[in-house]
Order: sequence, then structure tokens, then C-alpha cells
Amino acid sequence: MASTEMQSQADLEFVTFCVGGQSYSIDIARIKEIRRWAPVTPLPHAPIGVLGVMNLRGSVIPIYDLAARLGLPGTPDNPRNVIVVAMHGGQTIGLLVESVSKILSVSRDLIQSTPDMRSDTVRQSITGLITLDEGMTRVIDLAAVVHEQAMAVA
Amino acid sequence: MASVNSIRDTFFEECEELLEALSEGLARMEAGTRDSETVNAVFRAVHSIKGGAGAFALADLVAFAHRFETVLDEVRSGRIELDTDGFHMMFRSADHLSDLVAAARSGAPIAAGVTLAFIVALDDCLDDHDIDPNATDADFNFAAIPFEFDGPGEAGDYPSGTAVFDITFCPHAGLYANGHEPALLIRSLAELGALTTELDASALPDWRELDLLTPYLRWQMRLTTQADLTRLHEIFEFVEGLCNLDILPVRADQPDDTPDMPVAAEGATVETMTENPTDQPRIEPVAVPGQPAELRLQPAVPPAKASPDANPQTESQAPNPTLRVDLERVDRLINAVGELITNQAAIAQRVEEMTLATGAEIKTDVEDYRLLARDLQEAVMAIRAQPVKPLFQRMLRIVREAADATGKAARLVIVGESIEVDKTMIERLADPLTHMIRNAVDHGLESTEARIAAGKDAVGTISLSAAHRSGRVLITIRDDGAGLDRPKILEIARRKGLVPAEVDLTDTEIDALLFLPGFSTAASVSNLSGRGVGLDVVRAAVAALGGRVSIASTPGQGTEFTISVPLTLAVMDGMVVSVAGQTVVVPIASILETIRPEKGDINRIGTSESLLSIRGRFIPVVDVARCLGFASTIDSQATPLLLLVEGEDQDHFALIVDEVHDQRQVVIKGLDNNYGSVAGVSAATVLGNGQIALILDTDVIANQRDMAPPRTWLSTQITEDAPHGLN
Repeated sequence: MASTEMQSQADLEFVTFCVGGQSYSIDIARIKEIRRWAPVTPLPHAPIGVLGVMNLRGSVIPIYDLAARLGLPGTPDNPRNVIVVAMHGGQTIGLLVESVSKILSVSRDLIQSTPDMRSDTVRQSITGLITLDEGMTRVIDLAAVVHEQAMAVA
Repeated sequence: MASVNSIRDTFFEECEELLEALSEGLARMEAGTRDSETVNAVFRAVHSIKGGAGAFALADLVAFAHRFETVLDEVRSGRIELDTDGFHMMFRSADHLSDLVAAARSGAPIAAGVTLAFIVALDDCLDDHDIDPNATDADFNFAAIPFEFDGPGEAGDYPSGTAVFDITFCPHAGLYANGHEPALLIRSLAELGALTTELDASALPDWRELDLLTPYLRWQMRLTTQADLTRLHEIFEFVEGLCNLDILPVRADQPDDTPDMPVAAEGATVETMTENPTDQPRIEPVAVPGQPAELRLQPAVPPAKASPDANPQTESQAPNPTLRVDLERVDRLINAVGELITNQAAIAQRVEEMTLATGAEIKTDVEDYRLLARDLQEAVMAIRAQPVKPLFQRMLRIVREAADATGKAARLVIVGESIEVDKTMIERLADPLTHMIRNAVDHGLESTEARIAAGKDAVGTISLSAAHRSGRVLITIRDDGAGLDRPKILEIARRKGLVPAEVDLTDTEIDALLFLPGFSTAASVSNLSGRGVGLDVVRAAVAALGGRVSIASTPGQGTEFTISVPLTLAVMDGMVVSVAGQTVVVPIASILETIRPEKGDINRIGTSESLLSIRGRFIPVVDVARCLGFASTIDSQATPLLLLVEGEDQDHFALIVDEVHDQRQVVIKGLDNNYGSVAGVSAATVLGNGQIALILDTDVIANQRDMAPPRTWLSTQITEDAPHGLN
């Protein structure tokens, strides 16, 4: 019994994707679906990185340019861009990314905490790092992506 | 456990209906209707609440309801005659009963002293009439038992006006020969009430001797109905002389309270039945051999009324069959239908783009689809629609309490309580309405002495009415008080620095000052109004529903507030326009007209402001694109297309748009769920092509123009943006 519990705790799955040339990831449990890019309706006076709203089967969901929200240059227009639809709290949000890479299975203890860095924006937006064969991926904190603007003002 | 809770929930839901019936009945009694039906309805409401409360061991509620019931019972039997004070006591008791029910539901305790005070007051009421309040306690144990034994001549718990008839029906051969069908006659009878039918086939001979043209069958029926004898005879009108028919009244109510009691037919026997007639289960099988199965069912329609002008109370006794449905299920249905409408629009658009031959069948089909979808949507919306009656009824209490607190005498006159509005709308109107009704009593009406001095009726009248007006609902709160004291309003506004001293204002502008935040006209802050909640809050609450408030006042005659709200929060009629390349929707309700002005009609002021000259007036022109922060595509040389819009203060302004597409009904989608509120945008909708269009909040757009000139946009924007991220 203890071993099965260990097993279930050990394996976490992440979807990794490419943002501004870097690898980021989100817990697969938070992701609802991945959609092709479709035109969005811009919002008046939207904060940086809020591209607008999109129709997801009748729900109006905001689309964030993840790169811009992380303080990177905005994601350039490209038909290959995809939207990662994720749940955050009770909200459904869409994240514009360059491409989705793969699904990653890791055990919990392989997630490293984020070391101190100079850029607060990035540091506050990620909850940890996962080592990959070809480098590493950054685990996104959705709360920070959505709240970043408010924090910056406060 | 869950099932107990759901029974409990059902009890409280029923309590709400009963409390409503109670206050309604009391109001009718006070207005002079003292017939037994009304009095019984009042008594029954309290009695049923007591019974239910007993089942859930709600001791406080039972104790109070019992005492209340005892007094009502005395009223019912005529031993207590209610005077003005008596009615006041009854209303206060009904209010307290409602408080106790609410407290029992929420589990919040209510100060025992309050209940005790009421019980003592009710006992006093009994003492005054030399009735021992404890004498009826023997009856108390019966309370939770749904069916009390009622002695002969007691009205009991069933609707008065109910009569039982024994009907013997024996068709002659001629009845069949003329093409009459006993089954249809029996079915008509069944529509009048609860019918039990017994076939007497004893005369039926052996099949070998059977003569096909000779009738052998006879029926014995017992009908429990509110219809009278005439109505029963009407059913058999066309078979008169073609059958043997005996209709005998068996049991009727107390003779004195049934003026519509049928005159006993010849040979009628009146006997007292041992069982309560309405206790006869409605599901009692109706045994009619060879008759269609549906005869066994109770009719889905309420029993026919005895007379067309029957007291409305009869309706509440035989309500339309209803179904309690979880609101969430209805909302899911509404969402799905909203999607269907969107999908329909998308298909229609695709078909339109296919450049088919005129008269292509698919076009007809698509048009049918559109109509069906519209029907479906209206039907679904109707589920959410509810009459404003319960909301209005609650205001009776508010007026009562406000009148007590201010020492004024006031009555509330309600008109149009059957008008239906979306359920959410009703819920969200409760607070603003309560506030305005309190205001009407507190600020609107003069003191009794002042009214008498002015030669008015000492009792002030507040009228609350609802009416449909072009897709909206108008709720009017009118008082017959002194009217607005405009010089005083102006003086206060100047003192508070709300208006510069030197400015002259029109009457309408002065009236509008009442809606400014922090404004209060009461010279002294009373404990009723002036709690820091002003009309500005009312206006904001109404505006959040897509509505607006306006004032009209005549000195010496009173003040009238009108709230105008849309029928539903789910759909809206909108004008689809484009602004800076974006498709947006402007609510039709606020649009007055579309104009393409002459070049000379636009007068520029300074660098960015301009005014439109129309019919001798100057109206500010608002560049919507710039207000929304979109790059303006306006060619300053060309004359723009303008939408003339009316703001909530009845002021007009003109919105610059690029193009007007069409007018259509749009499904409203909130932005708040997944994002947050956006200044200048009230909601969004999905267009036929699946794209989202924003619905503009024209008032905010107009006011932003006032408050924030273009250059300061940037600085105000950052603080305004903060809530977006938070949500």
C-alpha cells in the first residue's frame, strides 16, 4: 500500500511548450485542450500580453500572450502558433504559445525550486524547474501569469 | 440525510408561498373582503406552516404560529372582529412569522424576547375578547397531523365551496343512437374535480341474449368539485331526455359561507360524510371498463372555475401544475439554446455565402430553422420569467415598517403584479426597490399633520406599478407627497460642493443631483433612510441590470421614480456596427437614431472635441474608437456616421462609428467569469461567424469622455487596469 502511494505521488505529467524560444510547462491536470490559433477580439485598454477574447464553444475566454506576460518579446504572428486552454481557479484562460513540444512524466522530487534570479517577473511566474535531456523546462505559475499586471501595479 | 434536507428545502419553499398567500389574504381582508374563502386561506397558510415546522421540530416557529393561528381561528369564527389596530397586529405577526421562517432556514437565532413579545401581544388580543389563549391547546397536538378531524359544520382544511355530488347516469338507447358517447361526458365531469366512477353492468344479459341496440349499462359516480349544480347539468345538457340522470348533492360546506351552493335538487339528501371530501386521493382509480386509459388521470388543467368572476383566491387553491427545477439546469438549457442560436446564425451565414439559386430548398429550411430556434429561445426564456408579484408583495411590509418608523400613515397600491421578468432581475431589483420604497415613505410623504394641513388624505399613498413597454419593463414608484424640494436640493448640493455656486440648473438637472454619490436630502439623518446608501447606489444597481432610473416630480403632488429594465439578462437587441475595424454591438435600447450629418453640422472645439448641431441643439460627439483605445480610423475630412444615443441622465450624445451592419438579437456573454470587467464594455456576444463582438456600455463611454480627456488616458488607464489582473 505504501508503495502504490509512493508511485502515485512520484509521477506528475507536464505539457511542455515553446515560448520565446524557451521551454515552459504546465501540469497536465490544469490543461483542458490545445487549439489552433484563431483570430481574437481585442479588449479596450487591455494590459500588456492580453491579446483579447476568443469564443470557446460559447464561453468567452481571455487569451494571454504567454511570452509577453513573462516579459519576453511578444509572440510573432505565425499560423503554427497554438492556444493552450487551461483552468486557473474557476476561470478558463487561453495561453498563446509558439508550439507544444511533448508530454513529460517526472517524479516530484525531480522538480527543482527556482534559484534567485535578477528578473523578478520571470522568477515570480515559475514555480520550479525540471531537467530535460536537452536542457530544462520551466513550470509556469498560472496565478502569476493572470495576476502579473495587478502585482506590478501594487 | 440528503433526502431530509431536500424535504426541508421543499418545506421552506412552500413556506414562502404560504407567507405570500398569508400577506395577500390579510391585505384583501383589510381591504374589506371578509368572505370565508379569504379568511380560511389566511388561517390555512399559518396552519400549514405550523404543521410543517412541527415536523422539523422548529419549536419557536411552532409556538408562535400556534398562537397566531389561534387568533386567526377566532377571527375566522367571527369571535374577534379586526379593527385597524387588529390588522396592524396581524400584519406585524405575519412579518414576524416570515422572520422566524427565514431564521429557521438560515439557522440564525432570533431573539427569543421578540417572539415572546408577539405572543404576549396576541394573547392580549385574545384576552380582550375573553378567550382563553390556552383553551385551544388541546388542539395543539393535532397540529402536525395534516388532516384534523373537523366536526360537522366546520370548514376545516379543504377549500370552501367544495361540494360532493352523487351522480347516477343511465343512458337510453336514443343517447347512443344520437351519437353521444358516455365516455366523453364522464371525462367532462372528471375535468370539474375528483371523480370516482363505478360501472353498474348488472343488467347486462348473457351474451347470447344481448341486443346490440338495447343499453344495459349505468354509472354511479361521485364528484368532488368546486363547480355548482348548474355546471354539472350543463354537461348533460345535450343528452337531456336521452338518459336517466340523478345528481344529488351529498356534502357541502357550512351553509352560511357558500352562497353559490346549488339549490338542492328534488329529492336531494344532505348527509354528513365522515371523511373529509378533499382527502379522497386524486389518484383514486376511475374504473370505467373499456374506456381509454387517460380517463384514469386527473386532468392536467385545474378544475374549471365555478363562475368566470370567481375570486382570484380560487386560483391559488387550484394552481397550475408546476415543477420545481434546479435553476442551474434551466441555465444550462439556456446556454445550450444560446449556442443553438449562434450556430443557426453561422449556418444561415454560410448558406447565404453559397450564392444558391433563389428558392433553393435549403434556404426555406434555414429560415424554418431560424424560426424554430427563435421559438425555442423564447420558450426557454419564459421558464426563467417570473411575475413580479412576490417582489411587490414584500414591499407591503417595507411600507408598513417605514410608516411605523416615521410615524406616518401610508398605504401601498400595487398595479401590474402579474408582469413577468427574469428571475435574476427580480432578485437584483429587491434591494433598489426596497430602498426607493423606504425613501418614498421617509422623504416623499409629508407628515400626517402636514398632509392634513395641505388638505390631503391623512394616509399617504405609494403606488408601485409594473408595465411592459417595448421590450422593457417599467417599474414606477410614485408617492402623493410634497414633491421634490428643488431649492433645498440645490442648496445642499452647493453646500456639499457638488455644484458650483454660480451655475443655474434646470429642474431636470436639479432632480438628477439626487443620484450623485453621498447626497441626502433629509435635513436630519433618520434611522430609516440616510444610512449612507443613497440613490446613487440604486442607480448603479439598476444600471448593472442594463436599466436606468428617472425622476419626475410635481411640487405639492408627489414624486415619481421610474426604473426601466430589460426583460431578460440573457439576450438583448443590439445594433451591430464596426468601429476601428472591430465589430461591436450597441444596445438598441439606448439608440435614438442613426445620422450622417452634413459637414457643417459638426463643429470642432479645441483640438479633439466636437459638437453636432441637430434640430437647434448641440450634442457632444464621441469618438468610440479612441475611447476604447483602438487606433481611430476616422478621416477628419469626411463626415462620420453617427449613432445618436441617449444616456441614463436623458442627455444625448453622438457616437462615431465606421459602419452600421444590422440589428439583431444577441446572446449576452459575461466577461467577468473568465476575465473581469472592462471599462466601456458591458458584456460580449458571439457573432454568426463565431467571432466575439463586445457590447458597448454607452453611458460609460460618454462619461469617460467627460472625465478623462485623451491625454490623461494613459495615466488613468494603469490604475483602472489593476482589477483586470486580479479577476
